[in-house]
Amino acid sequence: MGLKILTEHINVPGIETLEVYRKHGGYKSVEKAVKTMTPEEVVEEVKTSGLRGRGGAGFPTGMKWSFLAKPEGVPRYLVCNADESEPGTFKDRWFMERNPHALIEGMITSSYALGANTSYIYIRGELMFILRILEKAIAEAYAAGLLGKNILGSGYDLDLHVAPGGGAYICGEETALLESLEGKRGNPRNKPPFPAVKGLFASPTVVNNVETIASVPWIVNNTGAEYAKVGIGRSTGTKLISASGNINNPGVFEIELGVPVEEFIYSDEYCGGIWKGKQLKAVVPGGSSVPILPANLILKTTAGEGRLMSYESLSDGGFVSGSMMGSGAFIVFDEDQCIVRNTWNYSRFYHHESCGQCSPCREGTGWMEKVLHRIEYGHGHQQDIDLLVSVAKQIEGNTICPLGDAAAWPVAAAIRHFRDEFEWHIKYPKEATAPGAVYRGQLDSVTA
Amino acid sequence: MTIVLMAETKNEVKFSDAAMADIQRYISHYPEGRQKSAILPILHIAQAEFGGWVSPEVMDKVAEILDIEPIEVYEVATFYTMFNLKPVGRHVLEVCRTGPCCLRGADQLIETLKHKLGVEEGGTSADGLFTLKPVECLASCGTGPMLQVREKFYENLETEEQVDAFLEMMRKSGVETPYHQAAYQKS
Repeated sequence: MGLKILTEHINVPGIETLEVYRKHGGYKSVEKAVKTMTPEEVVEEVKTSGLRGRGGAGFPTGMKWSFLAKPEGVPRYLVCNADESEPGTFKDRWFMERNPHALIEGMITSSYALGANTSYIYIRGELMFILRILEKAIAEAYAAGLLGKNILGSGYDLDLHVAPGGGAYICGEETALLESLEGKRGNPRNKPPFPAVKGLFASPTVVNNVETIASVPWIVNNTGAEYAKVGIGRSTGTKLISASGNINNPGVFEIELGVPVEEFIYSDEYCGGIWKGKQLKAVVPGGSSVPILPANLILKTTAGEGRLMSYESLSDGGFVSGSMMGSGAFIVFDEDQCIVRNTWNYSRFYHHESCGQCSPCREGTGWMEKVLHRIEYGHGHQQDIDLLVSVAKQIEGNTICPLGDAAAWPVAAAIRHFRDEFEWHIKYPKEATAPGAVYRGQLDSVTA
Repeated sequence: MTIVLMAETKNEVKFSDAAMADIQRYISHYPEGRQKSAILPILHIAQAEFGGWVSPEVMDKVAEILDIEPIEVYEVATFYTMFNLKPVGRHVLEVCRTGPCCLRGADQLIETLKHKLGVEEGGTSADGLFTLKPVECLASCGTGPMLQVREKFYENLETEEQVDAFLEMMRKSGVETPYHQAAYQKS
């Protein structure tokens, strides 16, 4: 059992209430920060901790905070990104549902560090039941003097509100989120200006993921230096992993970064191995937009080293033989899963979720979906594989926001590692479309 | 059916007092002059109040409340997939159809529901009780296959028996709007 920074008390009955939460040390970081530390000192601790953004990009949080512009007389905002929509990711939902005060505590301490007097939690609209849990917890915090005017007698004021989205993956992109929070369509903004300079209501704004913000109280209570001792190398601290797919124990696990991937998949403490006694075929380790890796490459790097659950190890080999940590959504495929079908499914997702602003993404995602659909349903042409590679290449890097990349990467990676399987679908359409047919690794084999 | 509903909404778009109080609360969360920010929560409230969808008349009312042009409401309501722009059945079954759920049988769940309800994707059953609306990832990948009805998730729907039991339960259940829930409190 590793150190539990985020989930130590998550199963305590009643932890969703202020009373029980405080009994287990809750809101200590608020007390410490507003009464004994300057905002700059809190930022410094977060910088020292090496904490990286847990929403997917992995950008150092302390550095992001230090970019925040502080012009005189202009309000600053902290916005929590709780628009968890990346396929495979459900850690934030799981966490907020069980321990809402932990996020609220993080919001207060972080808002203090940034000098924000109004902060928002933007939660995806489908999670309205969690919005109600958060609003209830916020009301308790107001009543206890932890929110509102003059928090704990310190002279610091903070209002915290929850805002629901309306069902749009794109609003997880921070500038689309800000547009949505202003009551508009979720079209990402051109950058610069970055939100740190011109964000919500044209004011300096920091947008952080739920898990990132929830990690701040521990850092403030125990120091950044202590946090930096947990984990491995530049992957400091712990991470919530959403494990899904064909495993025995799907769910959310808090790991110290650096746990071997093999242990994570097969140990009963985590995924508990592949279900129904089947073999591992592939893993998407960081949410649907990161490259898929076949079993051999997820377990070991090309240098033969065991791969670890860390930002660096998962991306070892670049996109040729590696992938990414992303949001920590670990999607496991057993031997009976069809990579072509899965890639088509993801492409349909990105086509559905493209905001339509940039033509490479708007047109390209639809094109890829159509081509993958015809391959999956037995009408593919030999040149379709190269066509997909070419379309993916033309989307990547040519759009305002990273949704284009997110749509291109899974297609490019599936073809890179499973090209045979695509060819088999095209060459033997009748066999490939038979019910339950799966490619077993021999291109010229016609037996399903 | 459609005409009747349209006529109803045309005659009177009037939010309940509880809903109106909640709308004002959301507007108060934003700075002076930024009331448009509250458009998404208000559309959710409107959808819950007026039969699970937002008609042009309801959207016009939202524009009036926020003191913005109706087009500003239309362009938002048409962008976000949670807002139904046509009348729906009593229960909208929003079934996840994305990758991780498919690894655990979401395709079969959708087929089973189509068969049992006698509808295609997007359709409403003849008795007006169910609309089948496949949606993208609902952040429930560890408990798939699953679906959402209003504010509730129904998870691990793996067998036909579970689906039958779920449908039976929904047939007997009425519609609860958020304003019936004790948990719903002013923050």
